[in-house]
Amino acid sequence: MSLNKEQVKEIAQLAKLSINDSEIEQSTIELNNILSLMAELGEIETDHVEPMAHPLEMSQRLREDVVSEADLSEEFQAIAPKTGKQHFLVPTVIE
Amino acid sequence: MAWETVIGLEIHSQLNTKSKIFSGASTEFGAEPNTQACAVDLGLPGVLPVLNKEVVNMALRFGLAVNAKINQHSIFARKNYFYPDLPKGYQISQFEIPIVGKGAIDISTEEGGVKMVGITRAHLEEDAGKSIHDLYEDHSAIDFNRAGTPLLEIVSEPDMRSAKEAVTYAKKIHALVQYIGICDGNMQEGSFRCDANVSIRKKGSKKLGTRAELKNINSFKFLEKAINIEIERQQDILEDGGEVVQETRLYDAVKNETRSMRTKEEANDYRYFPDPDLLPVDIEDEMLTEIKNSLPELPTEKKNRFISEIGLSDYDAENLTAQKSLADYYEAMLNDGAEAKLSANWVMGELSAALNKNQIDVQDSPISARELSELVKRISDDTISGKIAKDVFKAMWKGNGRVDDIIESQGLKQMTDVAAIEDIIDGIIANNIEQVEQFKAGNTKLLGYFVGQVMKATQGKANPKQVNKILNDKLS
Repeated sequence: MSLNKEQVKEIAQLAKLSINDSEIEQSTIELNNILSLMAELGEIETDHVEPMAHPLEMSQRLREDVVSEADLSEEFQAIAPKTGKQHFLVPTVIE
Repeated sequence: MAWETVIGLEIHSQLNTKSKIFSGASTEFGAEPNTQACAVDLGLPGVLPVLNKEVVNMALRFGLAVNAKINQHSIFARKNYFYPDLPKGYQISQFEIPIVGKGAIDISTEEGGVKMVGITRAHLEEDAGKSIHDLYEDHSAIDFNRAGTPLLEIVSEPDMRSAKEAVTYAKKIHALVQYIGICDGNMQEGSFRCDANVSIRKKGSKKLGTRAELKNINSFKFLEKAINIEIERQQDILEDGGEVVQETRLYDAVKNETRSMRTKEEANDYRYFPDPDLLPVDIEDEMLTEIKNSLPELPTEKKNRFISEIGLSDYDAENLTAQKSLADYYEAMLNDGAEAKLSANWVMGELSAALNKNQIDVQDSPISARELSELVKRISDDTISGKIAKDVFKAMWKGNGRVDDIIESQGLKQMTDVAAIEDIIDGIIANNIEQVEQFKAGNTKLLGYFVGQVMKATQGKANPKQVNKILNDKLS
């Protein structure tokens, strides 16, 4: 599997990365190099191997349903770029 | 051309836990903006999600209630997209192995039959924050209180064939999640949200048509309307030789139309991958058995019991079990010793009518189950007639006191003094010579006229059975 420039452009867009044409060129080469390394994995017979979701062989610990967090909204608002009376403010988004 | 509609629903059911799915922040509705959004919910650096046990419990309750395959080993994944109310840039959801797999639920069809609707899966995920666009002129305002609220997304198979059927299914799930106590079902507050995948195809065709996903539907009424208006739109396009585009469409209840929401195709590439912050969830057999044993009687089981044990009709049993709160009310009356069939009539009749008219939920009814059962008992023991009972009911609704006090103070007790009733009847016979002759000549329908006269003379307090008997004796 290898990526063309259009696909790399799309991936950059999805990740909200702004990269110019020459960077796309370079990224395409680099990404394809990585993909070709990963392609070697495809040669291993995995039909009877259970997919691994996590490298740690443990189960998720569960916590009791208890409210334990205090209201720290003032501290959080203080480090936000822009806030209103109680809201975080962002440039207008319209769907 | 004949078209067939194909509908599948995605229902987001907000799980009514005290704290969020991955943090200890409160989920209480209606708090001041951002006061219930902690560092985890805000996606601040260095935080880790820790899964809420109760959320897992609730998902399993649902899975067991719809006889679904439970995945005792399930994983969480990141769904990546950018939007200001999603602070991490991804939503933690489940993709490859959801906690609840394939299940099914029966719904009643319009023709009076039963239809099985498949449930593809139900997976756990976190809700996003809320964007408010009309609060500030040049900015959108974000309230993260909802961020991290646990959701169970219940995905159905494309098994519904009409808007009505889709609504029936949605109502069934709505009732079920309340029965098993995992969701409050409040659609206004957004605790229960339906998205509908709608497509049409030529009748007889096996291939599915291109679907549109309808969003922003916050009531069952709008669900039906949105689907119907979308079916019309797609029919118009196809009959004009056009093609339906796969897209998300917003329902506008004011204009009763659907309109395209996202035009950029890129918006739909979520690049799911397993969340490295969360380990796989493993459910022990023990936990599953424990939950199975703790499930309450489900709507269908209750309905069947009402039919077999209490002798209610299928229709009555269906109505009384459609809503958990209504079923609870009815059963409280039975526990108080009120007669079953009569109670059913009163709950579905006077009580439901009054509640609907005043838009009150049954759990907030001004007349408690105990009070209504008192009223029903007074009808059963012939203290008052059914007709008078309606007046007593009205007085109770207004808060004019308890049943027996109202009956006493307004002198509504049924007349049991046979001699007194006979006197009244004699008077009526004497004053209606013409009608008496007609009756004797064979016009037996006039009996109703005489009964009416007696009831009028006694202000409805005579026992109709008794009146009928005396009249028949005296007129024959």
